[in-house]
Amino acid sequence: MKTFQERIDNGETIEPKDDMPDRYRQQLIRMMSQHAHSEVVGMLPEGNWITRAPSLRRKMILLSKVQDEAGHGLYLYSATETLGASRKEVINQLLEGKAKYSSIFNYPTLTWADVAVIGWLVDGAAIINQTMLARSSYGPYSRAMVRICKEESFHKKQGYEMVATMADGTPEQQDMIQDAVNRWWWPTLMMFGPHDENSPNSAELIKWGVKSKTNDELRQSFVDRHVAEAHEVGLEIPDDDLEYNEETGHWEFGEIDWDEFWNVVKGNGPMNKERMKARREAHENGKWVREAAEEYARKQKLSKEKAS
Amino acid sequence: MSKENENNSEDTQWPLWEVFTQPRDGKPHEHAGSLHAPDAEKALENARDVYTRRKEAVNLWVVPSNQIVASKGEDEGPFFDPADDKPYRHPQFYSVPRVSKRRS
Repeated sequence: MKTFQERIDNGETIEPKDDMPDRYRQQLIRMMSQHAHSEVVGMLPEGNWITRAPSLRRKMILLSKVQDEAGHGLYLYSATETLGASRKEVINQLLEGKAKYSSIFNYPTLTWADVAVIGWLVDGAAIINQTMLARSSYGPYSRAMVRICKEESFHKKQGYEMVATMADGTPEQQDMIQDAVNRWWWPTLMMFGPHDENSPNSAELIKWGVKSKTNDELRQSFVDRHVAEAHEVGLEIPDDDLEYNEETGHWEFGEIDWDEFWNVVKGNGPMNKERMKARREAHENGKWVREAAEEYARKQKLSKEKAS
Repeated sequence: MSKENENNSEDTQWPLWEVFTQPRDGKPHEHAGSLHAPDAEKALENARDVYTRRKEAVNLWVVPSNQIVASKGEDEGPFFDPADDKPYRHPQFYSVPRVSKRRS
């Protein structure tokens, strides 16, 4: 019989009922539930602008995108449940502040241009990470990712379309979009997590085929792609150290403010409290709906049983 | 009432269902994922909203997850072994004379 590591090295897919080391299961529960929480909390910054979208077209697009994020959260919660973590348990961890979600959603969306830049940069970063995870060794995670990646490309493209439109607009629109890029660029680079040498989970996740690239490798492909896209529409990247290296073919960039990163991760970002408050309220306010629906189902079942 | 149901009644997340989508007319249903719903009717509506926002299906099945019976993983036993030694079930096993098609 093959060992677990042999199956991984062989490129086999691990399915819910297969034997797996407890640590593999725990790491996946942690990673996948964080991912699910990020999708759900990620609805909040953009949801903030739905009622104030500048046109009906933009409003329909934004509604649809935010609905997709809810769907992505649900795919991922379901995939996490296949590892034996109940939905209730996983959601309670978020509500009690024990589970993390992507630090990017703890920044405020100050103007409509932020909605454009989130689609372009934040969803652009998510695609790079998720394209890798679509090849993950755990079947349900990988399949959820394939589904998500297909939908995510619309998210990025609608964002870049808006970015390009505003960058080609009035001087006020150009200032607005540049200002949004200036505020979102660095937090987006932080989405890929600490440097490889400070990321203890990375090596283990790569060994198990959950990830196939390091944080720094993913960050570099993000920078290469998005610097080119920024220049294409005449936007500046707010980094004085940004320089193209002819030899490597990569854009070299400045150091991330890691104090800011850890501060936001620890819960002190500009919007951490606000986001958690909104999540808790949504959960509390939905409680009677969940109960009523279950009670209705129970009564329907009872009356069917009586009739037969 | 089972222990699980009692537990659910404090703050229910609803029972778990498996969703199967038929992508096009004539194609077989395929597992898409799972979701929570209070009953079959709501499970179908939730499945439509979660798994078919881009016309991924012309038909849906939902099945309570606890009703699915699955064989064990490949590392847990010789369940599929009976098929291991029967190459004669495949056309490649046979050698027959080559007959060339005559053009008419």
